[in-house]
Amino acid sequence: MRRLGSREDLERLREEALSKSPKRFISLGMGTASRAHGAEAVYEALKEELAKRHLGIPVKATGDHGLCGYAPVMVVFPEGILYHSVKPADVPDVLEAIDKGEVLEKLLYTDPITSETYIYEKDIPFYKKQMRLVMGLMESVEPLSIDDYLCNGGFSALAKAMFDMGPQAIIQEVITSGLRGRGGAGFMTGWKWEDAASRSSPVKYIVCNGDEGDPGAYMDRCLLEGLPFEVLEGMIIGAFAVGAHQGFVYVRKEYPLATQNVQAAIEVLRELGLLGEDILGSGFDFDIQVVRGGGAFVCGESSALIASIEGRVGEPRSKHVHATESGLWGRPTVLNNVETLANVPHIVNKGGEWFASIGTKESKGTKVFSLAGDIYNTGLVEVPMGITLREVVYDIGGGIQGGKAFKAVQTGGPSGGCLPESQLDLPVDFDTLTEAGSMMGSGGMIVMDEHTCMVDVARYFVKFLTEESCGKCVPCREGLKHMLEILDRITQGEGTMEDLELLEDLGYVISNASLCGLGKSAPNPVLSTLRYFREEYVEHVRDKKCRAGVCKALVKYEIVPENCNGCHVCFKECPEGAISGEPKGVHVIDQQKCIKCGICRDVCKFDAVRVV
Amino acid sequence: MAQVVIEGVEENVREVMARYGNNPARMIEILQDLQDLYGYLPKEVLEEVSRQTEVPLTRVYHVATFFKAFTLKPRGKYTIQVCTGTACHVKGSYRVLERFEDLLGVRPGDTTDDLMFTLETVNCVGCCALGPVVIINGKYHGHVAPVQVESLIKEYRER
Ligand SMILES: Cc1cc2nc3c(=O)[nH]c(=O)nc-3n(C[C@H](O)[C@H](O)[C@H](O)COP(=O)(O)O)c2cc1C
Ligand code: SF4
Ligand code: FES
Repeated sequence: MRRLGSREDLERLREEALSKSPKRFISLGMGTASRAHGAEAVYEALKEELAKRHLGIPVKATGDHGLCGYAPVMVVFPEGILYHSVKPADVPDVLEAIDKGEVLEKLLYTDPITSETYIYEKDIPFYKKQMRLVMGLMESVEPLSIDDYLCNGGFSALAKAMFDMGPQAIIQEVITSGLRGRGGAGFMTGWKWEDAASRSSPVKYIVCNGDEGDPGAYMDRCLLEGLPFEVLEGMIIGAFAVGAHQGFVYVRKEYPLATQNVQAAIEVLRELGLLGEDILGSGFDFDIQVVRGGGAFVCGESSALIASIEGRVGEPRSKHVHATESGLWGRPTVLNNVETLANVPHIVNKGGEWFASIGTKESKGTKVFSLAGDIYNTGLVEVPMGITLREVVYDIGGGIQGGKAFKAVQTGGPSGGCLPESQLDLPVDFDTLTEAGSMMGSGGMIVMDEHTCMVDVARYFVKFLTEESCGKCVPCREGLKHMLEILDRITQGEGTMEDLELLEDLGYVISNASLCGLGKSAPNPVLSTLRYFREEYVEHVRDKKCRAGVCKALVKYEIVPENCNGCHVCFKECPEGAISGEPKGVHVIDQQKCIKCGICRDVCKFDAVRVV
Repeated sequence: MAQVVIEGVEENVREVMARYGNNPARMIEILQDLQDLYGYLPKEVLEEVSRQTEVPLTRVYHVATFFKAFTLKPRGKYTIQVCTGTACHVKGSYRVLERFEDLLGVRPGDTTDDLMFTLETVNCVGCCALGPVVIINGKYHGHVAPVQVESLIKEYRER
């Protein structure tokens, strides 16, 4: 690869790439989520079969496309025909169809509710209401192909920023765009940059936060895996704007593919001279180092993350001094989330005004969510701010699976809350969700049906946070432990009505007296469920009942005699030997022996085991 | 517990340190690489790291015990990771985890006495649609029901 010494060199390389770029290609999602569904085997089969048939169609192994619940997903370009749940054995048929210019019916997407079948990706309801900006190139760019990225406008924003705009104009453009941090707090990115730029220190740093601590989300991982160049381009622009010469990408250790791709992408950019000294002949020097995080939720918090990069344990510091003044090794440091940075090249290219025209008054642009839970279409979705929760859950997500009733949607992970049906028409933006007692957060969105116990969900998050609290300050460390004890009591049917008030009081103290954001937002899952699902708490306490059938101490497994036809399967599978009955006769569960593992209900094909 | 032989500590630590420019600030990565090498962080290794970096042993331990990614105990031949991410939890992964705990007789983070299995929990691995998800030595198993746990363990034990 040759080093690019000027903007003209870059444009020449782009033209070369464009002249080679194929119109017809197969894009196969190959991020972690797709691999878990067996995409690697499909990729191998594709390669093999293409060679056998002498078909000169390139396959792009890209990041996850988004429709993760239906992976492996492939899209045939230029038409945009989408095939899902592809198995290696389907590959010959797929290629046959492509070769003949036909469509392979059996792998097309069929809407689970309307039963309508779609040929083109763009028509599928899952994609229709999305607005793919940062995820826009996911399908056409191979993660490490600089040619692909250049063909799609890559690094034109960097060139524009460095040669046409200059630091001040970039910052102004980002301020105009109204871009707010996607890591959760929603701070104005342009202001953060402006502050860092105003510092006179000769040494400054920029850090990309890819810690992604929310235990139910994976947007940042997908971006780092699939479009590392986009994130890095945003980062180089940021560094140039604030005057930083060293950057760090902090990726959590559980993300090996993301780490690997970012590392490899950095090396490509170094070889091209897009990182290193005198980038594109501009005189600007900048390099990036990847740091693997140790896997602690609190390390996503800015001061803890900084400590962790410095090689210390990730404990937050109190923030009367901002990182933009004194961060890494006491130097001005800009910390931005992965998705925040991925937005930057688009803002530079298309302008702050354009960006600000998307979204709501206070929340501009799009947001990527990792949509999961009891809905039909799970995966990664990117929507314009201001879309309602209902549209995301029903139009994009396809609604609740199996005809069950909707109960709640959880956003913001451990820092957020659960919202009920009555709040579904709220627009998705930073301030509205916070007012409703939840939080937009970094992008986790879990939809829950009637079989989810809200007390258990609150307990789940508090347990997670008790384990993740760094323990530095008392309200968080002890307060959360206490909250967990109370929630344990309630789920075991030993709670009192006073406990509910105690939870609220504790929540108030923890959020007001904790040092960092972890503690400050930790009570949200409890407070929001108490606010919207109080009757469920009351049932646990007063009636000793868990209507969702989740809390073990409050439920009992029973066999419904009318439905039991004596198939004897549960008898064989019960690990405790708690079921008695002869083949073809009605079976009975011995409540003394039953450990409530639920296996009998899982294995019964006749719906004869009931939780009461 | 089976005896594990720790070899070449001094050279290995030196080599890994060199990879990070002998910079103690990169302690977390140094420990990560050493853990990849030994499968866990043996006492001897931590002592050697402390000696070579001149970082007090208590600080090395502080880092090694703070982060979830580190383990101070030897690991089993198979690492079983049960996803306890939010979506998997809602789909009942805790029941699957309990079953593993019962059958293996260990808690998450621990290894069976015969050094066959290490049980762990992980956060969302990005295939929530497959939940509950269990990953065994990198291989994904989707829609795992408690009833399948016994045969899964058996399958790996007999390999
Ligand atoms: C407990 C805690 C965990 C956090 N985890 C993350 C995270 O995983 N990723 C992230 O980008 N920001 C996380 N944040 C927010 C960061 O502190 C910081 O605000 C953000 O990275 C700044 O970038 P942004 O302005 O681009 O969002 C976390 C904050 C707290 C308090
Ligand atoms: S609020 Fe919790 S996590 Fe944050 S510093 Fe205090 S103890 Fe640590
Ligand atoms: S929560 Fe288990 S894969 Fe997402």
